[in-house]
Amino acid sequence: MSQTHTLSVLVENSPGVLARIASLFSRRGYNIDSLAVGPTENPDISRMTIVIDVEGHALDQVIAQLDKLINVISITELDPMTSVQRELLLVKVSTTPENRSQVLETVQLFRAKVVDVAQDAVTIEATGNAEKIQALLRVLEPYGIKELVQSGLVAMERGLRITEKFN
Amino acid sequence: MNMSEEMTGAQALVKSLERAGVDVMFGIPGGAILPAYDPIFDSKIRHILVRHEQGAGHAATGYAQATGRVGVCIATSGPGATNLVTPLADAQMDSVPVVAITGQVSSGAIGTDAFQEADIRGITMPVTKHNFLVTDPKDIARAIAEAFHIAESGRPGAVLVDIAKDALQLNTTFDYPSTINLAGYKPVMHPAADALRDAAALIAQSSAPVLYVGGGVIKSNAYKELMLLAELTGAPVVTTLMALGSFPDSHPQHLGMPGMHGTVAAVTALQKSDLLITLGARFDDRVTGKLSTFAPNAKVIHADIDPAEIGKNRKVDVALLGDLKNSINGLLPEVKAAFAKGKPDLTGWWKTVNEWRTQFPLGFDEPEDGSLSPQYVIQRLGQIAGPDAIYTAGVGQHQMWSSQFINYEKPRTWLNSGGLGTMGYAVPAAMGAKVGAPDKVVWAIDGDGCFQMTNQELVTCALNNIPIKVAIINNESLGMVRQWQTLFYNQRYSNTELHSKRIPDFAKLGEAMGCVGLRAERKEDVDRVINEAMVINDRPVVIDFSVHRDAMVWPMVAAGASNDLITVARSMAPVWDSQEL
Repeated sequence: MSQTHTLSVLVENSPGVLARIASLFSRRGYNIDSLAVGPTENPDISRMTIVIDVEGHALDQVIAQLDKLINVISITELDPMTSVQRELLLVKVSTTPENRSQVLETVQLFRAKVVDVAQDAVTIEATGNAEKIQALLRVLEPYGIKELVQSGLVAMERGLRITEKFN
Repeated sequence: MNMSEEMTGAQALVKSLERAGVDVMFGIPGGAILPAYDPIFDSKIRHILVRHEQGAGHAATGYAQATGRVGVCIATSGPGATNLVTPLADAQMDSVPVVAITGQVSSGAIGTDAFQEADIRGITMPVTKHNFLVTDPKDIARAIAEAFHIAESGRPGAVLVDIAKDALQLNTTFDYPSTINLAGYKPVMHPAADALRDAAALIAQSSAPVLYVGGGVIKSNAYKELMLLAELTGAPVVTTLMALGSFPDSHPQHLGMPGMHGTVAAVTALQKSDLLITLGARFDDRVTGKLSTFAPNAKVIHADIDPAEIGKNRKVDVALLGDLKNSINGLLPEVKAAFAKGKPDLTGWWKTVNEWRTQFPLGFDEPEDGSLSPQYVIQRLGQIAGPDAIYTAGVGQHQMWSSQFINYEKPRTWLNSGGLGTMGYAVPAAMGAKVGAPDKVVWAIDGDGCFQMTNQELVTCALNNIPIKVAIINNESLGMVRQWQTLFYNQRYSNTELHSKRIPDFAKLGEAMGCVGLRAERKEDVDRVINEAMVINDRPVVIDFSVHRDAMVWPMVAAGASNDLITVARSMAPVWDSQEL
């Protein structure tokens, strides 16, 4: 049984790191569901949030192989139950004067927001975990999705715990 | 020394290499690396001008395997750098510490498809342990120091440092780091105490253990420790292709090499074992055969320095993560303590193992037509040159026969391309080994196919007083591929006939490259030419051994087949006794 896992990976902020990780995943045949890279509070270090779909045993191997990369500082698997996991969605939905209010109601229901309005479309911004984003899209689909763009998942542990320290 | 000396990036590079302890490097200059060659001209580092960058890379590997030190090669940008890809991949697969320095086009031209530009960092990412692109002269010293640290520590490997031409030309302040601290690289050196106890408990419970020894024992210089563990446990020992010489072939507990062309005793002992004590080996497919049927009843202790090897191919019961020397040293007192409560009786296991040994010894038949047997040539070579010589091999039948019919008694005397299987490895690796160990006799045992890939380095050897000896096992074909065509493709010999009986004339080719060229075509010539070669020390020697072309490597487990299906000769599987194994 394969399963989705979220890895929070601290890497050195140096050129070629993303290529190294992409190359490793490609070479070893691991499937990336999503990958998000951004800065951390330390300018020398970046954080990657990688979502992969592998079996339990293969996960250990993915982590061990990632850890072998010199530029990878640490890897933590984040449990969805004890971490906050968010994706960002921008979606342009067709509207008519008749159904616009229904669309806006949906936006409110999902605690999303309208960021742009045109004659026959609204652009909606939503954040949430993968299930919420998928649910929103299912509800919006009948109105006609003209375009959508979605970020990779970012995640952080809940509570006081810090994912990991670095020197 | 003045800690903050002004100099060019090129001077900083050469000074860094000197500080890293480099005494020799193999390379070829070219445009982008040219600034570095000016200070090389004045350096105490010996630079050996090779004839092809691949030769430089394999020479660095041979040097490293023979000496245990980091091998260094250097090349220019573009094609110079891409010619290093094969030897880097080769060194990385066999965990050999090698550092490659390449010139890169000037930093402003990177990405413009400039003349002789190749993204060698991108190209070598999947085949190196790590690599660097340096575009600022102040980063050169640190990159070199880190490259050597990464190459030789932990699980050793290949590291490439690509340096832009302007970084070599510009001035900088030389500052070689005295310590290296890489946040993401901290090899675990010592195994956990509870893991050692668990491993010892498994050993104390096992009635059919095997010490499955890999190349890590040589990397870790853990031969003495291995001997102590072997004699303490009394277990049978098998040494993989990468481990030959780490445990004496002549030792009564040694069953030989496991794997596709291993001895029946070694292959079958692993298969029937109840405990694999795995030391620096990696459950390679050439050892395990069909993985799902490999050693089905065995528990596994796996000692390795690379956490990613633990459980990669085979589920492990106890992992000993750390330097092998430390792991075995930690294991010895634990095993003694466990044995104090009762040492397992291995008499029955040894009786069975010895039956396989006596029933299925390694051997070969002399060709019926009176032509020369390749196995005989290799066997005599090993007997005459002896256990103090260093032997390198290419890849194929001659490599397997060299692993089978030469007795290896000492570590670092058998150098070959195990993981990548690089044809053409033997001659340049022998060159590197001879440079690293000039007092040793170095024999390259090569095939006629392999030899034609890299023989030009004999010119380098002849001109640089590197008197290696080459034995070409000339069967006029790509022998191992031909063997598979014989066995699996109905003797349809598609593109494996090299017609190399006289084209090229290897003896003459050797002479043309400044070597002594000899030839043997009959059994009675063999000792004479080997002895003749043994006394020549002022030039390389090339011997063309014209051998029977239909000789095959046995035993054999077909690719992808279970080790239970080992065959000792064509269509001849061992008939196991009716006893339950």
